[in-house]
Amino acid sequence: MIDRWLQRKQICICAGSGGVGKTTTSAAIALGMAARGKKVAVLTIDPARRLANSLGLPELGNEERQVEVDGLDGELWAMMLDPKRTFDEIVAWHAPDERTRDAVLSNRIYQELSNAVAGSQEYMAMEKLHELHQEGRYDLLVLDTPPTRNALDFLDAPRRLTEFVDSKTLQLFAAPAGIGLKLLGRGTGVVFSVMKRATGIDLLADMGEFFRSFGGMTEGFRERAALVNDLLSDSRTAFVLVTSPRRHALEDAVWFHHRLMEGGMPFAGVIANRVHQGGDAADGAALGAELGDQLAAKVLRAYEDERRLAERDRAGLAELRRRIGRKPIVQVPHLHDDVHDLDGLRQMDEYLFGRKRPARPGARG
Amino acid sequence: MSGQLEAGEPPKLVGLSPDGALELGHAPQAKPESRAVPSLLDRRLVVVTGKGGVGKTTVAAALGLLAARAGKRTVICEVAEQERLSDLFGVDASGHDERELAPNLHSVSVDPELAKEEWLRYQLKSGTLAGVLGGSSVFRYLSAAAPGLSELVTIGKVWDLAQLERRTGGSVFDLAIVDAPATGHGIAMLRAPSTYAGVARVGPIRRQALQIDAFLRDRKRTAVVVVALAEEMPVNETLELERRLSEEMEMAIDRAVVNAVYPERFTREEAERLRAVAEDGAVSATRSRGAGTDAAVRAALAEHERVRGQRSQVRRLRRGLEAPVATLPFLFEPELQLEQLDHLARRLERAL
Repeated sequence: MIDRWLQRKQICICAGSGGVGKTTTSAAIALGMAARGKKVAVLTIDPARRLANSLGLPELGNEERQVEVDGLDGELWAMMLDPKRTFDEIVAWHAPDERTRDAVLSNRIYQELSNAVAGSQEYMAMEKLHELHQEGRYDLLVLDTPPTRNALDFLDAPRRLTEFVDSKTLQLFAAPAGIGLKLLGRGTGVVFSVMKRATGIDLLADMGEFFRSFGGMTEGFRERAALVNDLLSDSRTAFVLVTSPRRHALEDAVWFHHRLMEGGMPFAGVIANRVHQGGDAADGAALGAELGDQLAAKVLRAYEDERRLAERDRAGLAELRRRIGRKPIVQVPHLHDDVHDLDGLRQMDEYLFGRKRPARPGARG
Repeated sequence: MSGQLEAGEPPKLVGLSPDGALELGHAPQAKPESRAVPSLLDRRLVVVTGKGGVGKTTVAAALGLLAARAGKRTVICEVAEQERLSDLFGVDASGHDERELAPNLHSVSVDPELAKEEWLRYQLKSGTLAGVLGGSSVFRYLSAAAPGLSELVTIGKVWDLAQLERRTGGSVFDLAIVDAPATGHGIAMLRAPSTYAGVARVGPIRRQALQIDAFLRDRKRTAVVVVALAEEMPVNETLELERRLSEEMEMAIDRAVVNAVYPERFTREEAERLRAVAEDGAVSATRSRGAGTDAAVRAALAEHERVRGQRSQVRRLRRGLEAPVATLPFLFEPELQLEQLDHLARRLERAL
């Protein structure tokens, strides 16, 4: 199934809300495609090392690392993106000279901006993705997106950065001190002094310095952001939505789907993890005859609980199908053990790549 | 000392025995200084964090319910654009405004933009000036670029809700509970005041950022509750969080809550028996046992395996974590309703 989604694709972006198994699914997709002869790199910006965990690596760095797995026809590589380092590298790349580079890198506003501002991490992930794609060393790049509620911030990130470097304010700051202020008009001086009082940051001094040195790099950044944007909507890219059958996750999935469609992003399908299976009603008398009444009663209770959850999951997924239209949904059952290692990933493989489908007796639609 | 109950200190819930009964005793992980700090609900602020999707909102709501019933005027703050509490309590969502969920229990969904305006009004001691500034496109633009300002005003709003004297003039609460973002972003939020104090060179805001920072780190006033699941990665993340909080913030976790722990229905002997029956499937077919009956045995065995996995994860968390660990049962209800929340609150009460 997934291999069909990813035919002729070079980039696979896994999106979804937190706690639905996005990192694990990214790793399973990467492993599965590597097993099918591709040279694959899986990237995460997840600071909690979940990807390294699931691949059995002690940790991951900003450089790709090969994951040694027996029996792969292709290759599997993994890396953890370091947004701060990526940002620094981009500045160094765009800076016209060493002096400008150092001025930006040592500016306090820059240092905090590259670390702490929402969306910059997401943008850096896209940048790195773009860079790796340009280098062309892999057949497929799989990106695990960050576990924020606004997990699609990265879609806006290139546009936001373009707006940022394009803005008149920045242009004015780029002008020699004083001139820019005059152009901003009367009253701006007041705004700045009030801001200094309100925010405690000497914005005029700190940001002026930042924007002046940053200004020279505007053009380069704009071009880059446009390229990144193109890459996201390119037909060689596939967006995969990861969800669980729980209500909040499904609501998020519907919203994600809407955003992706709205943004004209190439959507491949949904992967629903941890789906309870259920089955036909059990014959209590037969169970009792075989197990004794006491044990049979316990088994029945456990099974009825499972069936109720399966019913909930089925209803939830039916609702998802109704709301996103005719899009493929791949189901991975609630596996006995939680998936966190290579064995678990191989178990998922059977469902993701379609050799096995969850047994769902009595299920319709 | 070991095994002896301290006078005046109620026994703590440390786990569930196989039949679901409560095991009472002192949590072995409780550190000596834990007696020096007030109990969880006697602080001013409780920060609830943990990996995404583990049930932070549920635990925050259950804690809120407990505190409210104990007579504390309580507010739960939701951040990161979510409003799930109103849904759970069946009241209309009201965004940034305080709203009553139940007697003594209120909630707020913090909107960084509105929090920024409130903050400005307070900082400038002038609504007009704040209005002028808020309406200035240059300000909007630059304040979006001012590093960490959104995070600061968000935690600043939470802090304000926890104060005995509200800066923004709102009503006073006995306890504020924040349903914080997932682990990594949660730490970023807690760290925002000290980050900001480092950037801001001048004046009152720097002082205030330092004040908030001190409040967050004061265990007598602020508690941290981490929610986890009994699975490999949430357990790793919880252990990692404790290490990072301690190294980066000099903060400690007060309590870890492992959510959704399955009941142990089957003894080892029963599981053996089920396994034998499952492997004997071919024979049973001749006895015309229905397909559902086989599926029932398999489902029971699968649950048993999951329970064993969970048990070892809870053990691993207890071994690795300095903070005491409480557990909450998995609820087989399709969706969480007030009734289940009430059940969880009562279970939590015994564990605190």
